[in-house]
Order: sequence, then structure tokens, then C-alpha cells
Amino acid sequence: MIRLAKQYFADQRDDDLNQIGLGLQRSDVPGHVTGRTAYFADRNFPRMLHLKMVRSPHHHARIRSIDTSEAEKQPGVARILTHKDVPHNVYTILILIQVGPEDEQVLAADKVRWKGEAVVAVLADSERAASEAAAKVKIDYEVLPAVFDMDEALKPGAPIVNEHHGNNYYTYDSGSHRKVRFGDVEKGFSEADHILEQTYFSSPIEHAPTETTGCIAVPEGNDRFTCYTNTQAMFFTLDNTSIILQMPGHKLHFVGGTVGGGFGGKVDVTVEPIAILAAKLTGRPVSFIYSRQEEMQISSPRAAEKIVIKDGVMKDGRLLARQVTGYTDAGAYSRHSPYGAQKGAAHYPGPYTVPNVWIDTYCVYTNRTPSSAMRGFGVTIADFALEVQMDKLARLIGMDPLEFRFINAYRDGDMKAHRQKTEGAALIECMQEASKAADWPVAEKYLKMSSYGEV
Amino acid sequence: MAKKVPIELTLNGEEKAEFIEGGTTLLTALREKFGDTSVKGGCHQGTCGACTVLVDGELRLSCLTLAETCEGQSVETTGGLSREGLLHPLQRAFLDGFAAQCGFCTPGMIMAAKALLDHTPNPSRNEVVEALSGNICRCTGYEPIINAVLAAASANSHNAT
Repeated sequence: MIRLAKQYFADQRDDDLNQIGLGLQRSDVPGHVTGRTAYFADRNFPRMLHLKMVRSPHHHARIRSIDTSEAEKQPGVARILTHKDVPHNVYTILILIQVGPEDEQVLAADKVRWKGEAVVAVLADSERAASEAAAKVKIDYEVLPAVFDMDEALKPGAPIVNEHHGNNYYTYDSGSHRKVRFGDVEKGFSEADHILEQTYFSSPIEHAPTETTGCIAVPEGNDRFTCYTNTQAMFFTLDNTSIILQMPGHKLHFVGGTVGGGFGGKVDVTVEPIAILAAKLTGRPVSFIYSRQEEMQISSPRAAEKIVIKDGVMKDGRLLARQVTGYTDAGAYSRHSPYGAQKGAAHYPGPYTVPNVWIDTYCVYTNRTPSSAMRGFGVTIADFALEVQMDKLARLIGMDPLEFRFINAYRDGDMKAHRQKTEGAALIECMQEASKAADWPVAEKYLKMSSYGEV
Repeated sequence: MAKKVPIELTLNGEEKAEFIEGGTTLLTALREKFGDTSVKGGCHQGTCGACTVLVDGELRLSCLTLAETCEGQSVETTGGLSREGLLHPLQRAFLDGFAAQCGFCTPGMIMAAKALLDHTPNPSRNEVVEALSGNICRCTGYEPIINAVLAAASANSHNAT
């Protein structure tokens, strides 16, 4: 039986967490097992239009012209939208928390920067009619050189992916990258018994929810719009829609909360603004639902990362210095990646106390699908890299990898590299339980350790 | 506009009749014509299993089945499993066993499991795994789902004796 944190730290708390450790039925499961849970697409409205997006077939291209005349004549077509119809076409979702500049087009105007970028929205009576008309839209492109690799993108003379940034990296208030400086990393390396430098790579990962991204926008009689959506970010999406459509927030009523799998893949603002705009311009309900192909190819994945970690370690197991350079591939637009790269900067020491730390993290633009949130983005791949690094360090000095972590685990009161004092640490207690549960014995002295200091 | 064709079928024991466009899938017909949204569309290309239903007792992917081919046949969906407020043993087992998280794959999982238990009331673990191999879950993980199907089979056999 695993001992719970509330038992370990009983003397520290005056709360009564009597539900922890018990099983509780989720309130929504009766609906799930009977098929009565209402997902956004389980609603059907009379005269509903279906939106099909015409997307860029090129990774990087200038748009010479857009010709929708033939598509407009197709049977069942109600309306075709281009960038000219979008009141505030260039946006960025994090502008809500003052992370600019606006760098992404709702519908591409002069350029496309990734293969799959939205250019023209076709609205028709049925999905089939919308798809057939979308195939008749003619767009003349001048293909431009593209860059797909972060190292290549950061070289002088690389094609500029996004003119709104001017460089192929996000410019923080600290410059071309986020910095963490703590202690004297060079001194740490010079005193260390061993140095280990390794580079770790990850590829983009698609969330692949079983329910694809989508929404239904309905114009109401009171001049408001109801949007049934599976967004994971209701108010973020509502506020960004308000900016893009230049429409006061009180005209927008978002209904959601039931999501058929998200994992962070449904926090971008990709379907709601254009569906609501279409509902406004046609006066009819509009359904915009990603096909499975769009979900896999168009929706933003977890960012690709490159992480270089250099550590200085003593023979007795103490980590003395850590230097990290992290690169996050944002793709063509920012979305949540500047924030993800920043999170990584604070996270790289991991749950360990390292006295000398130097971290640089870059958010890099390439002509790839824009990446964004996914389960702990910014720290998940960082954890993969730094924990593999911890195993390699333990092997290097001939120490048990779990015991190596006990030696370096942070304790309450330790100052972290980004100047937050450690509070409420429980890593040592978790590892003690894990040691027992996994039948991975450690020396007695580690079982006597505690997160409040040595006992 | 495609020509409308009449269709009659039995849905969860009730006789139904509608006009549909030629070429309409059973998935679309069930959701948009017969109002049964317990059936989910996840891929519309026969790869995820979210749209699994039973047609005359056999497992079918409703996204790859033309509605017209079900003329006169009996279609069963998760929406029709519970009767008079009583959950089907599979529904009860999924509920009790934490075998659903977002719930989107759940109706298809339950119908694939029903197809198995209707033919094989006491399946082995491997038979359950094989029976669910066409259904994708992205949140809960397959272990609680497999365990729920085994628990439902066990509950059934207890009831029978």
C-alpha cells in the first residue's frame, strides 16, 4: 500500500483532504456510456451551411491572385470568403496577455507560410457541395524558398519565414532568447570531476483526438451568435474572436465544455472566428468541422525541439553545473510557442538543486505547421531530455540512477535557478515510495532523507 | 442535388422510415435523419471505430456502410442499450470500471464489445483485445476498457446461473 503525501506531511497541514486516495465516479460518465452526452456536432440546425477551407499546397509562396468566380457558380454554394471579408485578419492568440506581435492570418492575403494554411472559405448547403466548389477555387502562387530545420532557419541569409518578426526567432524582452543565469557555470565546470554534453531531438507529435476540431455557429434573433464548440479554451477563443471580428464580446455566446479528446490540441483559435463570420454574412447556421486528414495535417502538433545539455558532476554524485540551450520549433506562427519556450527556460534544472545554471531557450520560426500546446508543452520534452541525461550521468560515475536523483533532489528552502524558493517539495518521498513499489532497492540512508532536509 | 430514396429499417427495436440522398452513409442517416447521435464520426474512413453499430447482429462501421444497404435490417446502437432506466451490463461495467474519459470512443467500444459478447459470452482476454482492435481510444487507455468488457461478461455469466 502506497503511503500518500497527506500522510507523509500530516504535521504540515490543517486541511481535511478526505477524498484523496478514494475512487469517485466522474459526473459525465453516465452520459458517455449511454451515448447521451451532447458533443458540439450532435446538434442539427435547419438550413445549416458547411464550411470547407481551401488550403495552401505550398510551404512558402506569394499569392499572385485568387479567383473564386467558377466556384461561386457551383450548385449549393451560398458564399465564398477571402481575407477581404475578415475585419481584423492578422492576429495572434497570446495578444490577450500582451505577447505580440500579431503575426498570423485568419485567411491568407499576400503570402502563405506553411503547407495547409487557410486561404479561402467555401460555404455550401452540404459538405459534398462545399468540397466540390472548393476544388474550383483558383489560386496563383509564386513558390518561395522554404526552411524546415531550426539550425538552418537561424543561419544568416536563411529565408525569412514571418516578416512580422523580422528574424526567424521570437524576440523576447531579453532579446533573441530567454535566459536564466544562476551562480557561475564556468567555475562549476572547472571544478567538476566529469563533464557530459549531449544533444536531444524530438519530432512534432499530433494529439489525434477521436473527435476532430470544429464548431457550429448560429445567428440568433437578438443579433447575437451562439457558437457550439469543442475548444479547450472558451474565453481565450471568445476574446480572440471578438478581436478578429471587431465584435463586442456580449454578442458572442460560446457553448462548450464537452470535448472528445483535446490534450492541448484544441486551444488554438482556428475554426470559431471564421464560422461566426460566415454565419453573420449569410444569416445561416454554419458548421466547420475538420476532416480527419485536416486534424492530422493542419491542427497544430507539439513543437519539435532540440536540446543541448552540458552537465558537470562530481564522483560522489553531486551535480555542480548545468548549461542548456533549447530550441522550440514554432512553425510559421507564434500561437503558444513563445510561452512554451519560456516555460522550458525555467524548467531545465528539473526537480534538482543545481548550484550553477546557464539556460538559453529560443522560439524558432520555420515553414512547418504551426505548433502549439500539448500536455505540459515546454517541459515535457525538456523532462525527457534531462531525465535521460540524469541516467547517463549516473552511469558515467557508476552510481545507481535512483540514488543519484536522491542526492540531487530539491528540498524545501532550496533556491531554484529562476529565483523561486522551493516550497512543498515531495520528490524524495515520491522516490521512496517508487523504490518500494518498483522493487528497486536503495541504500538505507536514502530512505531516511526528507524533503525538509536531512533527518 | 442527389436523388432522394426511401429507406425503412428497425433502429433499436423501433421501425423507422425516412427519405435520404442516394449515397448517404448509415452514420449520417442515423445522426441526421433518425436523430441517434449516440453514434460518433471520428474519421469517416473506417479507421477509428467510433461509429461502430450492429446491423442484424453483426459489427459494422456505419461510416463505411451505405444506408440503402440496410433496407429492412435491424440496427442497434449504444443509444438503445439501456431500457427503462436500467443500464446494459456493458454500460454498467464501463461506468464502474473508469473505462471512459472523454467518452467519444465509448459508444463504439460498447457496440464492438456487445458484438463479441453476443457470440462469445465468456471470452478470453485475448478475444476481448482482438474484438476491440478496430476501436481507437486516446485518453483512458485500453486496460480499463478490456477489464470492463471482462467484468460485464463475468456479470452476465453470474446472472445466467
